[in-house]
Order: sequence, then structure tokens, then C-alpha cells
Amino acid sequence: MTTETTAAPAADLTPARHSALWWAVSDCAAMVWRGLLYYKREPSMIAWQLGFPIVSVLLFVYVFGSAMDVGGGADYKAFAMPGMFAMTMAFGFMNTAYAMVVDKEKGVMDRFRSMPMARSAVVSGRGVSDLIGAAIDLGVLALIALAVGWRSDGGWLQTAYAFVLLLLLRFALIWIGIYLAMFVKGQEQAGNLFAVAFPFGMLSSVFTPPSLMPDWLGFIAMWNPVSSTANAIRELFGNPVATGNSWIEQHAMEMALVWPILITLVFLPLAVRKYQRLSR
Amino acid sequence: MGERDWAIEARGLGKRFGEVTALDGFDLAVPSGTVHGLLGPNGAGKTTAVRVLATLLDSDEGSALVGGVDVARDPQEVRRRIGLTGQYAAVDEILTGRQNLELFGKLFHLGGRRAKARASELLERFDLADAGDKGVKAYSGGMRRRLDLAASMILAPQVLFLDEPTTGLDPRGRGEVWTAIRDLVAGGTTVLLTTQYLEEADQLADEVTVIDRGRNVATGTPSELKNRVGGDQIEVVAAEGADLAAVAAAFDGVSTGEPTVSTEHRTVSAPVADRVAALSTVASRLQASGASIEDITLRRPTLDDVFLRLTGHRAEEEASSPEAGSDGPLAQPATYETGADARTGADGIPDERESTEAEGALR
Repeated sequence: MTTETTAAPAADLTPARHSALWWAVSDCAAMVWRGLLYYKREPSMIAWQLGFPIVSVLLFVYVFGSAMDVGGGADYKAFAMPGMFAMTMAFGFMNTAYAMVVDKEKGVMDRFRSMPMARSAVVSGRGVSDLIGAAIDLGVLALIALAVGWRSDGGWLQTAYAFVLLLLLRFALIWIGIYLAMFVKGQEQAGNLFAVAFPFGMLSSVFTPPSLMPDWLGFIAMWNPVSSTANAIRELFGNPVATGNSWIEQHAMEMALVWPILITLVFLPLAVRKYQRLSR
Repeated sequence: MGERDWAIEARGLGKRFGEVTALDGFDLAVPSGTVHGLLGPNGAGKTTAVRVLATLLDSDEGSALVGGVDVARDPQEVRRRIGLTGQYAAVDEILTGRQNLELFGKLFHLGGRRAKARASELLERFDLADAGDKGVKAYSGGMRRRLDLAASMILAPQVLFLDEPTTGLDPRGRGEVWTAIRDLVAGGTTVLLTTQYLEEADQLADEVTVIDRGRNVATGTPSELKNRVGGDQIEVVAAEGADLAAVAAAFDGVSTGEPTVSTEHRTVSAPVADRVAALSTVASRLQASGASIEDITLRRPTLDDVFLRLTGHRAEEEASSPEAGSDGPLAQPATYETGADARTGADGIPDERESTEAEGALR
């Protein structure tokens, strides 16, 4: 540092003038830019996020696969791959929560909150960049699935719609992630969220049809939002669905829309309110 | 308000967290273009006060104007006028220094092109130009602190909140940060500085406020505050607690104030006027009395002494980690011989970063 410098900046520092909405979008874009820089600077992040789904696929398809019978002589691989996509989306809320907790713990959140940026951008930027991250995750997973022999027998449109449904589930879970992050004290505690994520992802139709589980467990698994998404995309991909005759399983296509919308309607206001109340 | 132009004006701020009263009618007035030190032991309310003034926290009672704007009524306008650096406003560790400053520049609504130019300008100015494209993770404690400071200065704020800006820095890093702060003030920025170091307040602050139990207990220039403590001190450490009374008696007629006895630390200290003469008198009396003495020192008043005199209790009473870093010569001002003023921790918020930086400075 040189002593002759002064506080006077070389350039004009008057903030540009735009409407509040313009700034809400622009600040969100800046936060998304930050989120994407993370992937560029630490590409290993993707590996960490996908580590569990990939290992579980290898485990279920190659280790347990020969012993897995989902009924009707269906190919287990074709059954399990869509399940894995859905499970990855389900676990995604942990990534959201973890990123928020780190920002909170390190004081970055406080810096954002002490700046004249749009108040919504911390939350909306997180949401959009996590959605882009989820799309990257799905892309990598789809390539792995293709490599081990999974195929979508649905048309282009159905296949695309299946991925939209997956991202919709992930979108809904962003708000649960942000909401939970507001309660979590530190990074170690954030790791404990796995205790929530694990049953949420596994107690579903992801790896086995709920109709093959004990009644009470099957009931929980059937009504798990992850199951609806998993069943809906199986149908769209033309993969074996292995559903029972319950109402919830018969209406997977509808419920794959209803569940995420419901979750969003409940947790988005809760998350935003909790975020605003950080100043209490 | 009066004729003076106040950069910060807080009246009767109150804040409770459940059963704990963090601020209890806190008043503060800081004239524009000055550096104001905010001193206080752990849990005194420094953090809460700064968080309220920086719009991070709503107060339960009272009001505050920062840059002439009410923090409760128009926080967004206040945010355009302030910068925040320290334990609770950090930089992103994954990004590079340049990316950090560009991000904050964009969020300060400079637009991409100006944000970029401002980032380069600030990196240059804070001696980070070479490290600008490295990840912050790889930065030393001092570099991180400078980046933190640079991030707070993107808009050349009217009021800058500095929370313990040099805690854990080595003397060189400390000097650099001080220079930067002086530059800022020369440019018209008002600084509210929380610190544990009386010397730092001495070096930088025009005025100092001592905060204790959520209240403003004293405001004055650093020399005024030190005069209240009574100048130089003689401190005697007794080998046996039983000798403390005899040790205290040795100060009779020598000290300019009542000796302070700490049974916990087996110390007796008292302010003296005539340094060397007083020291030799006390020493010879102690020798005659037969009291067994571990140590005797003549020292300048420390923040601890200021607290003790102004608040009636030691700063460390409320510190959860006594003696932490007290033997780290680089972590405290060179002119003070005791570790007393390094004992206060990081004001209620445990911050691992601070401690790692302190270790880094010692290596």
C-alpha cells in the first residue's frame, strides 16, 4: 500500500439508476454468476454432489441388481435409473442448505445484507444457480446412465418433459433447503441434514416398488413426493413403472406437478420470511 | 440536532435477545470525518451496536441515524452510505480477490464495466494486484483483511464500520491497515472502529466510547480516558495470596489512587505519578516486609485498567477464553508489556478465522 493514495476514486461511483424490478433481476444475475463461478473454480463440487447417487447406482444395479425383482420381469436397470435421477434431485436440498449455511457462518451473508442490493437476490440467486447446478448434475447422470445401458423409450418431448419434472422437484426443494439453513448453526450441523435427506430419498419408489414393502412403509413411500416424480418420469421414459393400484400411484403424472407446487407454496414464503427475520 | 454534523447519532438503543439485554439505552454521537473507537469487553454490546447501525439488526428501542438517514425507516438508503469490514462481513473464499470485488461492485449497482475497473483500482491500492487472480483461500490473514477492507470501500462510503480490523495481524499488517484507515479519513470517510487495543484507539481514534453492559459508560479522547485511569501503573504479583494485604500496604502514600487487588491473579496494581521513585520505594518496602514476590512491573495503563476504573470489573471477567493469545507478542501492541488487552476475545462471536490468523501471524 502506498501512502500517497487517497480515498477519492478515479471514476464516478454513482450507482446506476434503474427500477426496483430491474435491480432484482440484475442482482439475481450477479448472484447466479457467483454460483456458476463456484463450478468453474471448484469442478470437484460436481463429483461431491454426485458421489452418492453414482455409488448407489453401481451398488444397486451391479451388486444387488441380480437379486432385485420389481415384478413383471422388468429390467432392474431401467427401473433404477429414473429413480436415481429423482433421488439426486431429492438430495439436492442439502446442497442449497449447505451453501446458505456457509455464507451465513463466514459472514458473507452479512455483507450482502449490509449492501444496497435487492433483498430478494440472495434467495433468488441461490435458487436459480442451484437449478442450473441441478441441470448440470442431471446431464452428467444421464451420460452415466446411458453409459451403463439405460435408454429412454419415450419421444423427445416426453423425455424433455421428464427432465422438466425432475427440475421442478428440485426447484421446490430449494425452498426447504433455504428454510432449513436458517435454523442450522454451522457447517458440522449442516452435515447432519443427511439424516433428513437419506430417508426422504430412500423411503420411496426410487429403488424398490412400495407395493413390495410392508404396508405401513409402502404407504409412506407411495406418498413420498419423490415417488410421484420417479413414477411419472418412468412412464415418460417408457421405463418399467411397477406401480400398485393405489390412487397416489395411479396419479403419478399429476402428483409430480402437484407435490412440487404444494411444497413451493408452503416453503417459499416460510424461507423468505425466515430470511427477512435474520434482522430480529 | 446541534451545529455539529453527525455521521452517526444513536439515542437510547435497546436490544434484547430473550433474557439477555445486549443494548440498554446506548447513546453514541460521532462527528463526520472522524475516527471513533468503540471499546468494551466481551459481551458488552459492541457487536450488537454495530449490527444495529449497519442495518443488520433491528433494535427494540431507540433510534439511530447513519449519514443522516434513519436505519429503521430507510435501511436501503443507509446501506448506500456505509461499508462494513471485520468479523461479521467477509469475503467469498472460493472466488478470487478480483471476482469478489467485481461481484460486490455489481451488487453495489456500478454495472459490469465500472465494477471491473473499480476492482482493479482497489486491488492495486490495497497491494493485492499480484494476488488478485488467486483464490481467497490461499490468502494470508493480512491479505484477506485488506481484501475485506477493499470490498467495504467500493462505493467510497460515507461511514465505515471496522470491527477489530487488525486483530491477529502482525505489526506490518497492522501498520498497513492503519495507513489505509488514515487515507480513508483524509478522504472524508467517518470510521467507527471497534477494537480491543487501546493503542489502536490511541493511534487512530479522535474519540473513544467505552461500552459496558449495553451502555455508553464514557466518551472522550484516548488521553482523557487514560488520564482517568491515572497514568502509569505498578503491578506486583505475590507468590502467596496471604501476602496480598502486605503488598497493598507497600503502596501507601506512593500511589495516586487506591491499589487494586486481584486475589484470583494474586496481583496488586496501582497508578503512580513518579515512575522510578515510586517503583524503588515500593520495591524496598516489599523487601522489608518479607512478602514473597513473583514479579514487579511498571507499565502503561491497559484497556483492562480502563475497564476496571470505568466499569468496576475486569474486561476478562466476561471473556470465555482467558489468556488466549496473551503470550503472543505479535498479537498485541508492542508498547504494552502485559497481555491484559489481548485477553478480550472476539466480542461474543466465536470466529475461527480470527484465531487461525493469530497463529499465522506468530509463525
